[in-house]
Amino acid sequence: MAASANSVIGNPIVGLAKSSPSSSAFLGARIHLRGERSGRSASASPSSALAVSCAMSGNIAAVEAEKNGKPGLGPRPDSFGRFGRFGGKYVPETLMYALFELEEAFRALSKDEDFQKELDGILRDYVGRESPLYFAERLTEHYRRSNGEGPHIYLKREDLNHTGAHKINNAVAQALLAKRLGKKRIIAETGAGQHGVATATVCARFGLECIVYMGAQDMERQALNVFRMRLLGAEVRGVHSGTATLKDATSEAIRDWVTNVETTHYILGSVAGPHPYPMLVREFHAVIGKETRKQALEKWGGKPDVLVACVGGGSNAMGLFHEFVDDTDVRLVGVEAAGFGLDSGKHAATLTKGEVGVLHGAMSYLLQDDDGQIIEPHSISAGLDYPGVGPEHSYLKDIGRAEYFSVTDEQALEGFFTVGSIAFKRLSRLEGIIPALETSHALAYLEELCPTLPDGAKVVLNCSGRGDKDVHTAIKHLQL
Amino acid sequence: MAGVVPKISFPSSPARISGFTSPRWPTCKFTSLSRSTLSRASLSVRRASSASTISDTFSRLKEQGKVALIPFITAGDPDLSTTSEALKILDSSGSDLIELGVPYSDPLADGPVIQAAATRALENGTNFDGVISMLREVIPQLSCPISLFTYYNPILKRGVEKFMSTIEEVGVRGLVVPDVPLEENESLRKEAIKHNIELVLLSTPTTPPERMKEIAQASEGFIYLVATVGVTGARASVNLQLQSLLQEIKEATPKPVAVGFGISKPEHVKQVAGWGADGVIVGSAFVKLLGEAKSSDEGLKQLETFTRSLKAALP
Repeated sequence: MAASANSVIGNPIVGLAKSSPSSSAFLGARIHLRGERSGRSASASPSSALAVSCAMSGNIAAVEAEKNGKPGLGPRPDSFGRFGRFGGKYVPETLMYALFELEEAFRALSKDEDFQKELDGILRDYVGRESPLYFAERLTEHYRRSNGEGPHIYLKREDLNHTGAHKINNAVAQALLAKRLGKKRIIAETGAGQHGVATATVCARFGLECIVYMGAQDMERQALNVFRMRLLGAEVRGVHSGTATLKDATSEAIRDWVTNVETTHYILGSVAGPHPYPMLVREFHAVIGKETRKQALEKWGGKPDVLVACVGGGSNAMGLFHEFVDDTDVRLVGVEAAGFGLDSGKHAATLTKGEVGVLHGAMSYLLQDDDGQIIEPHSISAGLDYPGVGPEHSYLKDIGRAEYFSVTDEQALEGFFTVGSIAFKRLSRLEGIIPALETSHALAYLEELCPTLPDGAKVVLNCSGRGDKDVHTAIKHLQL
Repeated sequence: MAGVVPKISFPSSPARISGFTSPRWPTCKFTSLSRSTLSRASLSVRRASSASTISDTFSRLKEQGKVALIPFITAGDPDLSTTSEALKILDSSGSDLIELGVPYSDPLADGPVIQAAATRALENGTNFDGVISMLREVIPQLSCPISLFTYYNPILKRGVEKFMSTIEEVGVRGLVVPDVPLEENESLRKEAIKHNIELVLLSTPTTPPERMKEIAQASEGFIYLVATVGVTGARASVNLQLQSLLQEIKEATPKPVAVGFGISKPEHVKQVAGWGADGVIVGSAFVKLLGEAKSSDEGLKQLETFTRSLKAALP
């Protein structure tokens, strides 16, 4: 029972095209995405990957619209790694073969029972899955209205995973994949350090060389994680170029990969980057949503009504959302970082304030200036401090399937030192759970959301990480 | 799965790659379409540049038994007026084609030297409009063609069509966009052809032979053969694998092949030319020179000396 729920890729989510290897040119490769129930297959005519203004082939969308009685969703991604007009592979030529190889390996492994068993075992015994779906009684009480009505708040406890965040789901799976590819050297980028720690952890576990790129500014504000990575045997390389934050660490990791592609696997930490990463990372986190469906059924005999998650690159959100994207009665709510405020120019609210462009290999919304230069975002939480966002989120926003809002530093932290309702402090005080600052953004949005929800609405919030790493930041603000 | 990564060539899929049978693309060969369009268009377009096209430049050099010297510098480092002077000096000291880099915030394909140059240029306020104004002034004074080297986002920001028409208008002849591979370059190619810009594509040591052929077929002006598995930046010696790579690619295509990334000295240039390259691209070495010089004048003087030394090493 637990095993099947833990199965990352149970009924093959990614089925292989029937075509023989020689004809599955990575350019023409078909990826049939199948939900566990609907079995919709991607019989799309190859839509050419035209840039900017081209929406996905109208035909597919129309067919889907008819089938589902709503604007079509089509295959996600399509055979060219696109989600509508978003996604793609905008990388130097040197990486193209590696991306092709990665995709082929992923598709092969998703059919490989031994791989699945090995991964399930590690997720269960090493990571500690399945993570609980916890009824937050006091938080629910907090949002109960004076007439006694209000939503029921559940927390998906990704903070209880080994290493303290959802990041490990993807890191573990990619490490296994890297081993299958024969790569002995692993690189990663990290913002808050959680993905870096997860990567260092799995590299220690699997005996792989590990190098983590981290913006110099981030290293300062997440010193605990830097120490942890080094303790785990990883080399942490500070990146001083550009703005010395996550986007620069990502650029540097990509440069390393370009240089060492033959020996190295790049464990990208979010659903961003060139195809197949957005798909890969989503699939490896999809266990979050799968477990949630099962647990919701067990707990209240139904589905969640609203899913809430913070969005930086978008991995924890996609992990929770993916399972439910085709359930149109489930609302998908993503919360980004508004930093000092949306009009301050110092935020990371990519989906709200960004424009479509290309960053780190993918076409997606991103924060850029008038000249097309990528601008430095700001958020108190390093993990949300990314000027881009996963292409699938861009797509879900564009088609109106998911809603995206944002929350300021202050709201997320909100008077850690004042009495009353504060997200970071709120969860700590009400439930005895110290959330990561990233997660606090999702929690802060409950203030807006809950008053609008009908009585008994089931809200599942992805508690994506624990906040031990953020205590110093919180203390700093207290001292100010 | 075996621990060794097999060298698999991508199965060719002409229908997809070249779009020959795609309903959105005319069914005719690219090369002839581009040449005929170019010659037709050049009659009607007011010529901002007296330079030949890149293809013609290479043809002429080949007839003369020469190898093209192609320097690269970053626009705006240390400032646009120095860049303007540098272009003139490069032109008069023997360059056959000049690559001009448009500074960008996240240059994925560039090593520390060019990264730093881009950062400096952006910090002093260099932007695309400034680069265009500078080119509008200087290109009429140059005899060799100019090609722009830029990442994709700044192009997208303006719109591919607008970008192409703007650079055509000031006399730019070619374009290299390192983060747009074959699969993603349809709209770039379409607009480039419409605006008489030769879109140069890159092939690298990790590109399998079949794919290399597709790239060669689609590339215009020349094929940019990346010498190393890596980003830009001077290396102590030239990757020995390059010799066989060059051979392979020249067997696959009659188009000119220029080699770049990591080449920084006259010895390198000579070696690469000796292996059959039609052109040699030198970037970081030039950028470093200009960036580290005590003054613009100093830098420009060194630029001239360096260019001549490289030219002397070439047939």
